[in-house]
Amino acid sequence: MTLLEMNHIKKQFDGVGVLEDISLSVNEGEVLSIIGPSGSGKSTLLRCATMLEQIDGGDISYLGHKAAWTENGKAVYPKKKEMKEIQSYFGLVFQNFNLFPHYSVMKNITDAPIHVQKRKRAEVYEEARKLLAKMGLSDKEDAYPFQLSGGQSQRVAIARALALNPKILFFDEPTSALDPELTGEVLKVIRSLADLDITMVIVTHEMEFARSISDRVIFMDKGVIALEGTPDYVFSAEHTRMREFLGKFHQN
Amino acid sequence: MKAQGAMALGEIFQQLLPGMGRSVSIFLCTLVLSMPLGLVIAFGRMSKCKPVNWIFKGYISIMRGTPLMLQLMVVYFGPFFIFGIKITDSYRLYAVLIAFALNYAAYFAEIYRGGIESMAHGQYEAARLLGYNRAQTFVKIILPQVIKRILPSVTNEVITLVKDTSLSFAIAYLEMFTMAKALAASQRSVLPFIAAAIFYYVFNLLVAVVMEGVEKKLSYYR
Repeated sequence: MTLLEMNHIKKQFDGVGVLEDISLSVNEGEVLSIIGPSGSGKSTLLRCATMLEQIDGGDISYLGHKAAWTENGKAVYPKKKEMKEIQSYFGLVFQNFNLFPHYSVMKNITDAPIHVQKRKRAEVYEEARKLLAKMGLSDKEDAYPFQLSGGQSQRVAIARALALNPKILFFDEPTSALDPELTGEVLKVIRSLADLDITMVIVTHEMEFARSISDRVIFMDKGVIALEGTPDYVFSAEHTRMREFLGKFHQN
Repeated sequence: MKAQGAMALGEIFQQLLPGMGRSVSIFLCTLVLSMPLGLVIAFGRMSKCKPVNWIFKGYISIMRGTPLMLQLMVVYFGPFFIFGIKITDSYRLYAVLIAFALNYAAYFAEIYRGGIESMAHGQYEAARLLGYNRAQTFVKIILPQVIKRILPSVTNEVITLVKDTSLSFAIAYLEMFTMAKALAASQRSVLPFIAAAIFYYVFNLLVAVVMEGVEKKLSYYR
């Protein structure tokens, strides 16, 4: 089943095209990685998919529900109630975590399920404890974000997103703010989610990770999808830009 | 001689007691009125609707750009000079409270605005992704962090307010300073002024201690 469909997405910032006619779809249970040089529009694509940016053209739908479309170059969104429903389909993990500093780890994870989804407190707490255990953070329940390392913060942010039971989880360069040691622990957690068949779209600069975790890889360049396919196909393709891009990585 | 002086000071305090009560009342009422009003003005000032934005910008500009003492007089005498309404004695207190609340709200508004605009955009985005509506986002996520951030500036303003209550003498409202001035004149003594100084100083010491306590309470996170 198609979870997310984006058709002919266009996005400009101050007249400069960042996304030029991008179309993609994500199936249930699929892990899709988006790679590409900085400024190629990867993060913008994710921000459009999660409604943090308004699109200038095209349409987006989740599970067949129209989430955004354009009329005369202006973005149109469904009514509030429908939008709320659609927003509950997806979650997003930010590059810089964006945890709430005044909430404990537990409250960061449980507050939205309790006060937005109106679920029972006991049930939410039980689920949150399971999530924390999965993240290897059972002892951090009462800690505040400033007491956590970057890797721990990101794992809490992942638990926070998962607590709302989204159908699809987006990651916007989840390890770019972390040093290599901490990157490993976060990637390990994301990998464990892939094993659970959680649908994920991951924007990343971790090439080895993208290659091993993904069902499909998209290589973006200058606002368009330059290459798309299985990891093996994309990473071994005789595509000039892709080779250049990978070459720079291998030099580092 | 020294003992006599000390006694006199004690007596002066006793005489000034009702005035002190009134000073404290002005202080508390002004805070209760101006702090929420300041939030409304801050929202108006940050409004994306241009006319609304201008109105509140102008309001803040006037309130900050003219003396509080002058504002006090305009509020007190204005109704008579402009509309010919007879000024009653009880209006004195209302005039004080109206003028102080309007003036301090403008300052609080700018402090709030600074705090709100300094919040990282990511906090709003995270809240939105988690499904919080606008009211929830502001009350649960943004406001608590803003309060912590603006506390030192608020403390400054509150301490200034303690001292500014003395401006009420301009319309002869019988708070502590007005009484001390009268007493100094009738007694031909500087002691009432010393008593007044002690009062304000101790009052502000108390304010500082309380605000420090609040800051400490909010220091559980960074």
